[in-house]
Amino acid sequence: MAWDWQMFCEDTLDRTVREGCFGTDGDITYLDWMLSAWGWTVSVSLLALVLALAAGVVIGTIRTLPDSKWAVRFGNAWVEVFRNIPLLVQIFLWYHVVPAIFPAMKSVSGFVLVVLALGFFTSARIAEQVRSGIQALPRGQRYAGMAVGFTTWQTYRHVLLPNAFRIIIPPLTSETMNIFKNSSVAFAVSVTELTMFAMQAQEETGRGIEIYLAVTGLYIVSAFAINRIMTFIEKRVRVPGLTAPSAAGGH
Amino acid sequence: MKKHLLAIAITALAATSTMAQTGDTLAKIKSSGSITLGVRESSGLAYTLGNGKYVGFHTEMAENIVQDLQKELGLSKLNVKYQPVTSQNRIPLVVNGTVDLECGSTTNDLNRQKEVDFANTTYVEQVRIAVKADSDINDVKDLDGKTVATTTGTTSVQLLRQNKRAAGIKFKDINGKDHADSFLLLETGRADAFVMDASILAGNISKSKNPKDFKIVGEPLSTEPIACMLRKNDPAFMKAVNDSIARQVQDGTLEKLWDKWFLQPIPPTNTSVGLPLSDATREAWNNPNNKPKEAYNE
Repeated sequence: MAWDWQMFCEDTLDRTVREGCFGTDGDITYLDWMLSAWGWTVSVSLLALVLALAAGVVIGTIRTLPDSKWAVRFGNAWVEVFRNIPLLVQIFLWYHVVPAIFPAMKSVSGFVLVVLALGFFTSARIAEQVRSGIQALPRGQRYAGMAVGFTTWQTYRHVLLPNAFRIIIPPLTSETMNIFKNSSVAFAVSVTELTMFAMQAQEETGRGIEIYLAVTGLYIVSAFAINRIMTFIEKRVRVPGLTAPSAAGGH
Repeated sequence: MKKHLLAIAITALAATSTMAQTGDTLAKIKSSGSITLGVRESSGLAYTLGNGKYVGFHTEMAENIVQDLQKELGLSKLNVKYQPVTSQNRIPLVVNGTVDLECGSTTNDLNRQKEVDFANTTYVEQVRIAVKADSDINDVKDLDGKTVATTTGTTSVQLLRQNKRAAGIKFKDINGKDHADSFLLLETGRADAFVMDASILAGNISKSKNPKDFKIVGEPLSTEPIACMLRKNDPAFMKAVNDSIARQVQDGTLEKLWDKWFLQPIPPTNTSVGLPLSDATREAWNNPNNKPKEAYNE
């Protein structure tokens, strides 16, 4: 087995090795292509993460609201729908089925649809974590908020959510890393991200092992970077004595 | 999927570094009493009907080759194992010895010849353009400003890129994850054209709800010889395979197979592909050779 890493420096049209490994004048090398594919992977993942966090926090919170039967039902339905359908199937629903029902969606690019699909899929999982985080808090905290005359909004804003978020940061870290890995399904709707690059470039160059190793490396770097960021946040927001419910002792 | 492929890649890597190639496939077949055929699951030339049943023009041709090998080796019984392969893993599996003979839809090109050998060409594929019947696209230059679909992991993606540059035209290319998906892009109007091997286009059109709604247009964008793939540097095995192919051409077996798989109704839908034997393929049959793709497109 001979390694051939030089293929990354080859031009994607005529496959001649380029000086300095980067293409010029609009020509691109496989290395250029891989870096741009990495950019797409990171963009899809980060945008989907923003959407997933926003939707997940809202849905997860309304599932714990007292005295709002319909809001809770809506939240439950949201989670079950997006959690119970395989991600790839959801992508196809967004790409092929939704535009068939709403013709206006036809002009929406695959990129946006993947962000929606991946974001909503992950929002269901984050909603579950937010809900469990809130429900893991001792009931006394909610009562304490009520006792000092807080409205429901104030109770959540100042008492429940700050505590719940601190509890759920570890599982949330896994979820943010999962988004990077799940973003590989975007290749199915023609987003030129890392997985599509790998499948296409290995066919063109016949150097599948080098390409998959390089792509794997980039996935690891991306997922690990987000892991470090989340760990940093976890450390920064830690309140001594309140890190985990178990450490805090039962009330 | 990504992890899956990586696992295959690493396995292939480990296998190639630890196992020295025997280099004599005939001896291996004789001593083990079995041969492993690499087969495709969803190609125009070789596909599966499910339940471990593999059929198609090239699959049946490979089975004929196995029968001839059995006669030549004087074996009373030869066990045939079928190993489904994909575009991604077919070369590693041949190189590491898992598969002895792969007859699917592998293009013979210089790039692959560095790692494997090819038997004589038995099918010549032409890359063409499928459009809706009422489309005004008639040739490559008409693709200017349109959206063109093709399938990820095929040489057509690269071919489109080269044509874009050579003809100085601009079009948006979108990639389906498999041929069925790319065809859906054309069918639903997300793409104006689908550029792919003619046999695949014909097959997808014949299986569509309304085959009359589509047509195949234009000069071939590229011509590609498709051949069976085997391990490198094994002249005895190569000769045995080529002898069998020559026998099948001479006694008309191959032409009968063509009729069976491309002109008659075929399972599972019992529709016909409707692809007449092309001059290019007949030419390759009559003048046995294993010239690579590059020799066809100079």
